[in-house]
Amino acid sequence: MSVLVYTENSAGKFKKSTYEVVSYGNEIASKLGVDLKVISIGNVSNDELASLGKYGAKKVLNVADDKFSKFNGQAFASAIAEAAKTEGANVVVIANSFSGKGLAPRVAIKLTAGFVDGAIALPDMSSGFVVRKGAYSGKAFADVNITSDVKVISLNPNSYKVIETPQTAEVVAFTPNVKDSDFRITVKEIVKASDKISLPEAELVVSAGRGLKGPENWGMIEELANLLGAATACSKPVSDSHWRPHSEHVGQTGIAVSPNLYLAIGISGAIQHLAGVSSSKTIVVINKDPEAPFFKAADYGIVGDAFEVVPKLIEAVKKFKAANA
Amino acid sequence: MKILVCISNVPDTTTKINFTPDNKSFVTTGVQYIINPYDEIALTRSLELTEKDGGTVTVINVGDATTEPTIRKALAIGATDAVRVNAAPRDAYFVAKQIADYAKDKGFDLILTGRESIDYNGAQVGSMVAEMLDLPAISSVKMLTINGSAATIEREIEGGKEIVECALPLVASASEGMAEPRIPNMRGIMSARTKPLVVVDASSVEQLTSVVGYDKPKPRSTVNLIPSDNVEKLVELLHTEAKVI
Ligand SMILES: Cc1cc2nc3c(=O)[nH]c(=O)nc-3n(C[C@H](O)[C@H](O)[C@H](O)COP(=O)(O)OP(=O)(O)OC[C@H]3O[C@@H](n4cnc5c(N)ncnc54)[C@H](O)[C@@H]3O)c2cc1C
Ligand SMILES: Nc1ncnc2c1ncn2[C@@H]1O[C@H](COP(=O)(O)O)[C@@H](O)[C@H]1O
Repeated sequence: MSVLVYTENSAGKFKKSTYEVVSYGNEIASKLGVDLKVISIGNVSNDELASLGKYGAKKVLNVADDKFSKFNGQAFASAIAEAAKTEGANVVVIANSFSGKGLAPRVAIKLTAGFVDGAIALPDMSSGFVVRKGAYSGKAFADVNITSDVKVISLNPNSYKVIETPQTAEVVAFTPNVKDSDFRITVKEIVKASDKISLPEAELVVSAGRGLKGPENWGMIEELANLLGAATACSKPVSDSHWRPHSEHVGQTGIAVSPNLYLAIGISGAIQHLAGVSSSKTIVVINKDPEAPFFKAADYGIVGDAFEVVPKLIEAVKKFKAANA
Repeated sequence: MKILVCISNVPDTTTKINFTPDNKSFVTTGVQYIINPYDEIALTRSLELTEKDGGTVTVINVGDATTEPTIRKALAIGATDAVRVNAAPRDAYFVAKQIADYAKDKGFDLILTGRESIDYNGAQVGSMVAEMLDLPAISSVKMLTINGSAATIEREIEGGKEIVECALPLVASASEGMAEPRIPNMRGIMSARTKPLVVVDASSVEQLTSVVGYDKPKPRSTVNLIPSDNVEKLVELLHTEAKVI
């Protein structure tokens, strides 16, 4: 018996969300009294692989075959399911990233495993195996009991902290028996704004809405975000008007985020917007209308004109950073 | 081209969510149901594709008879015909199995789902159907074009996008951007009444998960309003009280 975690990498490097799933898997493994094993797919250096031991991994299965150099849901799922079988995994954990969404359901089918997507907490094993996830687009939680022998969980980013529990990880090469028909997708191009903090994983998010009047006014939003080390986001009408790219659109029909800080500037707080941000730990709203619905969903608020408040806030953050440097 | 679009019947986006006192089920009284917004996007893109290159668009829903208004709406928007698998959708595995069982011998070139349903938010059904039918699947698709017997697809990834090519048949899950949803016109609404809506029985599926209960997030305490001439206070509170910076 074991817990198997898939450790997603981005250009050969593990991301924070990877260490989150490893820490999460490790906690489940220790509760079950079994070993934590991980599977890495793609070209990742041995040092990087061995670093997984720091978070509790005992064994690292390394799939380094060139065929796996780009993401392919079908092939990756075959590899993970095969590893789960050879390692006798009873729980498989995968990050609920964009790629993870294409993987985890397939792994579950291959293993005839019950699957909970987007877990936000450890499973409650006191009676059954109950995993909490968001439902109704941020308006509720569902507690889902997985009743099958093998269980698959995908973990939301920023929902579980990274915990160090040093182990020596043994890295072994793993060559899965994938079939040619698993490789029907060809990746042509990957377009990434590489210097940007990725929105779904960001701990801090600075977001702005139609109150900003036009795309030319985003300079101060980016400056504030850069100062804080935050990702930038926007409301739907802003991306619909092409003031900002669609990849920044948060809400019910955009990306759902749960950062430690969500700072909303000139956003009214429509129910569909809140659906994607309401699980943020701290919400700050800056809006010139004291009646804006967003204030009801906020922890802190400033009633004021963004064009006056944001520059002042930038200065205040600079001062704070200088004082705490 | 033969396209199958999977449509989920979900509460309208503005619905206030309530559960029964035992927290076991969602209270449906007074709730307005709609086609899941992403499924509407998938449907619209399918119509654009078949209007250009010819073909049919079948919509499928796994649900009891109460979902029929939503299915008729999909027909009014322009789907050719519809199938309802007569069963309450227990979980994604159950739904996917019904869809895969229906689709397996029908020769669809393209099976589209939404990125996720806005009630269960699973993002599961599309990839599960693909796995059951041994097809490639691409999730969170922002752009889909067909060139002959292959598709060019843009999918969302963290901080960017990935462009892939894949021969048909395949499964794709529609996200924002793939198309602008259409509103049914009068002719569509009239013709929807007579378009075929076939009801088929559900196959039996083992149960691997069950929802034991629902819960609502605790409401936030009232907002702490900070005067706009004292933004330093906000920074201080974020540091000392909220501990987020
Ligand atoms: C099916 C459906 C799905 C949707 N999905 C989403 C979604 O995923 N995400 C999303 O965001 N929306 C979504 N919407 C749209 C949503 O209903 C709102 O229309 C949208 O969120 C409003 O965006 P906004 O707050 O930027 O603009 P507005 O509602 O126009 O609000 C602008 C705000 O800025 C304030 N303001 C104006 N000037 C200033 C100033 N100088 N300084 C400070 N404040 C100022 C105003 O007081 C106002 O509160 C969806 C709608 C539907 C029907
Ligand atoms: N009951 C259903 N009937 C038909 N399709 C469904 C049903 N439930 C979900 N789907 C499809 O699967 C997608 C993802 O749903 P989910 O896995 O529930 O997030 C939806 O956008 C629909 O396209």
